[in-house]
Amino acid sequence: MSEELKKPILVRNLVKRFGDQLVLEDLNFHVNKGEILVIMGGSGCGKSTLLRLLIGAMRPTSGSIEMLGTDLTRLDEEGLDELRKKTGILFQSGALFNSMTVGENIALPLKEHTKLSADVIGIMVKMKLEMVGLRDFEHLKPSEISGGMKKRVGLARAMALDPQIMFYDEPSAGLDPVASAMIDELMMDLNKKTGVTSIVVTHDMGSAFKIAHRMILLFKGRAVAVGTPAEIRSSADPLVQQFINGLADGPIPLRVSRKDYAEDLLEPFIERF
Amino acid sequence: MENAAGEIGARFYTGLRYIGGLAWLLADALYFIFIAPFTGRKLRVRGEPVLEQMVRVGFASLGIVCLVQLFIGVVIALQLANLLKTFGIKEYVGSVVGLGIFRELGPLMTAMVMAGYAGAAMSAELGTMAVSEEIEALRALAISPVRYLVVPRLIAAALMIPCVTMVGDFVGVLGGMGIAWTVLHISPDLFIQKMLETLVTSDVVVGIFKSWVFAILIALIACFEGLRVDSGAEGVGKAATRSVVYSIVMIISADCVFAAVFRILLGR
Repeated sequence: MSEELKKPILVRNLVKRFGDQLVLEDLNFHVNKGEILVIMGGSGCGKSTLLRLLIGAMRPTSGSIEMLGTDLTRLDEEGLDELRKKTGILFQSGALFNSMTVGENIALPLKEHTKLSADVIGIMVKMKLEMVGLRDFEHLKPSEISGGMKKRVGLARAMALDPQIMFYDEPSAGLDPVASAMIDELMMDLNKKTGVTSIVVTHDMGSAFKIAHRMILLFKGRAVAVGTPAEIRSSADPLVQQFINGLADGPIPLRVSRKDYAEDLLEPFIERF
Repeated sequence: MENAAGEIGARFYTGLRYIGGLAWLLADALYFIFIAPFTGRKLRVRGEPVLEQMVRVGFASLGIVCLVQLFIGVVIALQLANLLKTFGIKEYVGSVVGLGIFRELGPLMTAMVMAGYAGAAMSAELGTMAVSEEIEALRALAISPVRYLVVPRLIAAALMIPCVTMVGDFVGVLGGMGIAWTVLHISPDLFIQKMLETLVTSDVVVGIFKSWVFAILIALIACFEGLRVDSGAEGVGKAATRSVVYSIVMIISADCVFAAVFRILLGR
């Protein structure tokens, strides 16, 4: 098997800056085919930025992202669209189109990107809905279903074109424990049945250790730990232990201000004199 | 003084950047209308959303446009009644009403109403979609928001607003004719005869052309404002307000340019 087939995603020396702020600092990692890679990290660690870079919604300052054999940082919008047809993303809110029914949401990518007849698309929509256990909800609007169901429909829509890579943005955010567990089950089930390579961005540790084949912990834009769930759990790094056990005490600072406190308080006086 | 000059410079620069943004969006939309369908990639603009938008833009606002135009016709005729009487040329009321409405006030007032009616609705709708990640979801599904959302609205506005303007023009003339008949005692026959004597084809064509340009401005500004919303309910509200205000400013500016250009080109 060639390198690109074994490693559908290969990130090298990825750097992203917003003005003076360095959000991602020299990030290197890869995802193996058929693997679920979980990217963990606290708020503001750069994981949302990383996800946006991976789906081509943003361009990095430097570095490369090889996806299915092509460097997506060099692609134009047309090339990115071709790549996007082979990938799917489940957004944090589900991001369903509110003006369409559940069925129409799932049918949209099929209508836009395939030449299938309306009947065949109808059958495929039913199959995708059955896959997420929501076949009876085809004719409802997104406003008429619960948050957990919206995510499941979002998942069905993302899977409509049978992608080779799936991205999940905080799949358990805003869900009750049962709905969250259902999404976990679905992700693992899809991975097992279709062999789809998955990247999951989350800070829900329970879910992360349940679904991950490998994990990355991001801190201040750097990957501070990479490994299997067992390796991460037994890591001697106090930062990793603080994060996975959710402790307030540890190397992760409570205060995130960069300015000196006294300097900040005295600023108006310093300016005046 | 230096500050004031700097401020004016900054505003001017912002204005230029805004117009540049609109031009970019228009170029993108034109690409999807005229070029992309022939490139062999599957990038057609679907008829269904265009029709849906045409109904929304055209039929929904027809009543209110007609009402406004009726009053405009009535007001012109009423305001001019005494003046024309004083000069003893009251039979010319038809000329004034006809020219005023077909060439100037019909397209202008319809565009104003449409900016508030259809434009605000478009920007609020797209803005809400942007806030709920729907626009990003479209991009992730490899569907261009410009092709899928902007193009149908642009086509619908460009086709329907001139039609609505024409219907409104006739209603406005009827309003003026009603006042001419009841207040100035000028028969509809004479009113129409005088109107047709003054109006030339170019007046009507210029009116329709202007309304077509206004339509494109309204849809373009509304979509531009809607797509760039990035924060919550407040952002959506601001986008809707900005789209109405900027549309009106752009419409009147364009009208001013047209007045000058057509005066040079057509001599009237």
